[in-house]
Amino acid sequence: MAADLGFSALLKRDLKLAFRQKSDVINPLMFFVMVITLFPLGISPDPDELAVIAPGVVWVAALLASMLSMENMFRSDFDDGSLERMLVSPLPGFLIALAKVINHFLVTGLPLVIVSPVLAYMLNLPSKAYVVMMVTLLLGLPTLSLVGAIGSALTVGLKRGALLLPLLVIPLFIPVLIFGTGAVQGVIVDQPVSGQLSILAALLLFSLASAPFACAASLKISMGNG
Amino acid sequence: MSLAETTSPNWKARFKRWFHSWASPKWFYEKSERWLPWLSIPAMLLILTGVVWGLVFAPEDYQQGNSFRIFYLHVPAAFLSQSIFMMMAIVGGINLIWRIKLADMAAKHCAPIGASFAVLALATGAIWGKPTWGAWWVWDARLTAMLILLFLYLGVIALYSAIDNRETAGRSTAVLSLVGLVNIPIIKYSVEWWNTLHQPATFKLTEKPAMPFEMWFPALLVVLGFYLFFGWMLFKRMRAEVVEREFKAKWLQEKLKS
Repeated sequence: MAADLGFSALLKRDLKLAFRQKSDVINPLMFFVMVITLFPLGISPDPDELAVIAPGVVWVAALLASMLSMENMFRSDFDDGSLERMLVSPLPGFLIALAKVINHFLVTGLPLVIVSPVLAYMLNLPSKAYVVMMVTLLLGLPTLSLVGAIGSALTVGLKRGALLLPLLVIPLFIPVLIFGTGAVQGVIVDQPVSGQLSILAALLLFSLASAPFACAASLKISMGNG
Repeated sequence: MSLAETTSPNWKARFKRWFHSWASPKWFYEKSERWLPWLSIPAMLLILTGVVWGLVFAPEDYQQGNSFRIFYLHVPAAFLSQSIFMMMAIVGGINLIWRIKLADMAAKHCAPIGASFAVLALATGAIWGKPTWGAWWVWDARLTAMLILLFLYLGVIALYSAIDNRETAGRSTAVLSLVGLVNIPIIKYSVEWWNTLHQPATFKLTEKPAMPFEMWFPALLVVLGFYLFFGWMLFKRMRAEVVEREFKAKWLQEKLKS
């Protein structure tokens, strides 16, 4: 009972913090839009060419934007000592990790999903692919938050953590990227995509069941009492 | 029946003692000195026999001619780099649970050796790909998966070197390699899941190889030789690590003096 209260209190606190300091929400979104803007300028403004690369561009940009704020998942709590207090509280470590992950997805991932159709339109993605693209992002981005939380927890005590984190987590993100873009490309050429979506859902469920525990263990190791 | 009853507790106790002795760097340092020649000599013999047999005497492939011969280095290297990743995760897990120093050392030194085998597999694959596919590199599922495996190794090495505290470094990389282990089956099945140029696995443990004995047997020798070579390199590196960590210990100073 105490644990339930602590979990929702932590979630509310983090959400409140994020929405007070609006840059947490806006910066990844701006980054997402800006990275996508680079592609028509860097590759070609030709609508047909853009349509071909659109699924991958949206996905890669979403992945990078989601990683941008991952480093801060535990950083401020670590710096002011509240992370240590949380870890010695009765709230189990995996629930702390889960609260942080849910918060990260709500603050960073969900806005990306919501604006993605606008950018997909600008990249000339066929409109029949919008729904599938949003579903892949809805299934994939929480997985990225879950896996990224482990990397974030491992590097939280390090000064050079910001540079190290992408090196650790990008290889783990690749399966999500493959099946995410695969589904969107499949729907463009009228192929069944339920297989890819099922795999994305499976990856999400698997990481939901295991990542919070790995993340809690990593936090304890990083704090020096694992 | 009676024999089993009388020997089993004894056997159990012996196994237990043997298992516990792995926790002692001193025991390892003294024993491994005697093991090294048992690894190095068979390793060199097996690799040499397998490679010479494969490169010179094995029959030509009916489709690929002589270019298939790179497979005698390529397949064993790819095989090993995946096995070493698994071993790194397992010994890392052992270190997380029982805090055994030697497991920590083994996990630490698996990473650079495994990364080297991954590089070897990628390089030989590129050399084979140029005449066969007409390109040094294609974004094929198997190749990309191998590259990801290399990235995972490099991530583990980077994380280890970024953390100053040795114990924290060992435990953190253990978590990372256990998480990375999840990617291994994805790499394994990438060939089946993703439309791809790369041929499916040449060897399966459960099936008879679809090639004549003279063709697959040398490859098996190289695989075994590579395993022994890996063990040899790992033990040499671990011995150096024991010296580095325990240089203050009396037994080691006496040993090094003699």
